[in-house]
Amino acid sequence: MRRLFLFLMLLAALAPQPVRGEDETAVRDAFATLAAGNLDAMEPAIGVIARSGVAWAEPVLRALLDGRLLARQADRALFLRTPEGTVLEAESGTPAAVEARTLRPVRINNRLRRALEAALGSLTLASPDRAVRLAAAEKLFTRPDLSALEPLERALAREADGAVREAFARARAAILVEHGPPAARAEAASLLASAASPAVLGKLQAAKRALPADADPALAEALDAAVARVETRLRLLEFAQTFFQGLSLGSVLLLAAIGLAVTFGVMGVINMAHGEMVMLGAYATWAVQEAFRAFLPGALDWSLLAALPAAFLLAGAAGWAIERSVISRLYGRPLETLLATFGISLVLQQAVRLGIGATNREVVTPSWMSGLVEPVPGLALTMNRVVIVLFALAVFLLLVALIRGTRLGLEIRAVTQNRRMAETMGIRTPRVDALTFALGSGIAGIGGVALAQIDNVSPNLGQAYIVDSFIVVVFGGVGNLWGTFLGAMTLGVVNKLLEPVAGAVLGKILVLVALILFIQRRPQGLFALRGRAAEA
Amino acid sequence: MVEARNGRPLLLLLAVGGAILLVPVLNRLVPEGSPFHLEDRLVPRFGKYLAYAVLAVALDLVWGRAGILSLGHGAFFALGGYAMGMYLMRQIGPRGVYAHPVLPDFMVFLNWQELPWYWYGFDRFPFALLMVVLVPGTLAFLFGWLAFRSRVSGVYLSIITQALTFALMLAFFRNDMGFGGNNGLTDFKDILGFPITSPDTRLALYLATGVLLLVALAIAVHLRRSPLGRLLVAIRDGEARARFLGHDTLRAKLFVWTLSAVLAGLAGALYVPQVGIINPSEFSPAASIEIAIWVAVGGRDTILGPVLGAFLVNGLKTWLTGAAPELWLFVLGGLFVAVTLVLPNGIVGLAAALRGRPKRPAAAEPAVGGAEVARG
Repeated sequence: MRRLFLFLMLLAALAPQPVRGEDETAVRDAFATLAAGNLDAMEPAIGVIARSGVAWAEPVLRALLDGRLLARQADRALFLRTPEGTVLEAESGTPAAVEARTLRPVRINNRLRRALEAALGSLTLASPDRAVRLAAAEKLFTRPDLSALEPLERALAREADGAVREAFARARAAILVEHGPPAARAEAASLLASAASPAVLGKLQAAKRALPADADPALAEALDAAVARVETRLRLLEFAQTFFQGLSLGSVLLLAAIGLAVTFGVMGVINMAHGEMVMLGAYATWAVQEAFRAFLPGALDWSLLAALPAAFLLAGAAGWAIERSVISRLYGRPLETLLATFGISLVLQQAVRLGIGATNREVVTPSWMSGLVEPVPGLALTMNRVVIVLFALAVFLLLVALIRGTRLGLEIRAVTQNRRMAETMGIRTPRVDALTFALGSGIAGIGGVALAQIDNVSPNLGQAYIVDSFIVVVFGGVGNLWGTFLGAMTLGVVNKLLEPVAGAVLGKILVLVALILFIQRRPQGLFALRGRAAEA
Repeated sequence: MVEARNGRPLLLLLAVGGAILLVPVLNRLVPEGSPFHLEDRLVPRFGKYLAYAVLAVALDLVWGRAGILSLGHGAFFALGGYAMGMYLMRQIGPRGVYAHPVLPDFMVFLNWQELPWYWYGFDRFPFALLMVVLVPGTLAFLFGWLAFRSRVSGVYLSIITQALTFALMLAFFRNDMGFGGNNGLTDFKDILGFPITSPDTRLALYLATGVLLLVALAIAVHLRRSPLGRLLVAIRDGEARARFLGHDTLRAKLFVWTLSAVLAGLAGALYVPQVGIINPSEFSPAASIEIAIWVAVGGRDTILGPVLGAFLVNGLKTWLTGAAPELWLFVLGGLFVAVTLVLPNGIVGLAAALRGRPKRPAAAEPAVGGAEVARG
């Protein structure tokens, strides 16, 4: 018995050690094989080197992949040429004093290139640098290689970092789902499906296609289920993305239309120059930015905040002047008010065109508004759009609070509901008119600050949004802020949802046609004033 | 109103007819050396103004009379123009750049293999003429029926008409609509077999437009004397009351609205062969609002006003866009403000006031404000 045992021990000791323990001569031979340049012999040699665990394995393999590995024919010694051109000894990494003539680069072919990449991938899995490990996992995920499975599993076992572990697990699943045994495939597929991305979908579909006809039906089913799960999640993500774009468009519309809705409610007039108030706000943003650039370059990032009051005051003052000089004189003639304000819009546009220039002015996005936010994996939203949505919400709520909670708001509501009665009760309606108009225009100016972030600042800026703003007001109903809010958001979302189906232009046309039909059912918009006010 | 009270509308029509004849007389009967001779190349320009005048008369029918301010009349004008343009495109035949026997150049360019179904029939003039009337007429009827039935009025209606023309503009800008996209229809060769650029054809087109203007004016004169015309004034000044008195305001409005759109379409059909192009910019909301200013400058609800306004504003535009193009928009914008503020009855109203006649109360739109627009 004991002898048998000893014999077995001996056998075990003589058997080639797996991986790390491959004896030194084998590793040296492998390096020498590289230097000899026999392409067929090189592939197993690369595997041996990758598993050897010697410190110089990685630089040598990387140099081989990049065509920087040099060999001396005489003694099959290896040298590296750094990207800068100096020649190093491969093993020690110290500069070598050799004649360049005696060296020749080791050539490889595509098959070897793939083998090298896989080998390097498994080597980098063990790198102390977290980013390198993540990149290696990502690489294995996109190009699964069965030979990397073993090092990957070892790396996974000793990995402590959670995110890296997850990446390793995903890469392992990607390998298994393609090359693994049938039993492991189903599990790997369901693991993969937990993270939806087009790449995952592609992998699962490829695995499904590669399945032989006589494969286990349970496995095929598992793959199908995984594919379906990923597809559903991807569709949901896409929908969320589109929905957000719609909300962002709706926010812009809300900023442009809400001032219009207030003045329309109070005075019953459509201000065709409202778009130009937006335009003035955008130009104020640009002017403030240029002033910051000249006098406060360090605070350029915050010029947008300073632009808010500037735009509000500029557009508000312009609105106040228009109301006092023109609109108050046309009281009771809404159609003529419409024409007169259109004339004002032409004059304002042309004045800006001549005074500042017809070319687009650039407003830079501050650093705190650039980049992406990812509230859910796979759902990337641009930061400036997120800020604009939040900003529009804030402006809206502020306006609601102002109308509900202040004296001016009370008077605005009174005049909206019944102008004559309000007058009788001692409200100075001309003052309310002027202030409302200034307020509405000022909000349009603030909308211009937001628009300057996502659109060109040009004299035509207001025109691009004015028809949509009118539609929002008509859709939402007169003098009703919540109606305007809902109208703007609905229009924004519907526009964006229709875009991929019908194209941008056709989508817009469909919305307009739908609006005309909508008016049939609800001539006063989503929220009509009820009771006596509606019949005054 | 001013002239109608004077009871001399026939005289007025004759005067307009005489003025129309000035162009052929100055062009053909005055010898070329004379300072009063009108060059051939200027004839289409006056023809264009005449077409604009018809358009202004059409708008005045609905705005001046019935108080419906359309900001989308340019759409009816352009649709009539496109129908005529399609006929003129089919007349080019194989003489296009790509020499395709049937397809217009832009379709060949877009690699289209066959003619879209809605282009069939446009090779025949009577069919095209029918479409010039039917397309704007049907659209106006449907739109008017939908809008008036749900009692959309005032600025609300104006905004919806603007949305209508805006939607059409976007649609016609699309290449796959089959109307030439951005470039529209152009490069016309002949009309009814006559070369379209020859002085004789141009003069004939001018005269045809003149006849159309006289017909439009005759309709306007007749309408204002008829019970329907009086009902329209009643609708303008108090629609709810007119309705309560038992009048079918929907039918009255719908009739005059459709009639106005057909007139606008005919004006567009005569406009296109004279200017030689029709493109989607005719649908632009701004172009439609400009029509309102012609009417306002001349004087709303007058016979002569729209004609005068169309000639004056467009003459000014032609002159100023040549002499000082950057000033034109200031002048146009200023006109909008000035006319509404100080000249509510336009030039005709001003003339009447200067002659010491009792002035018609300015702009009889219901003066309630606020919730007025929401009136159901």
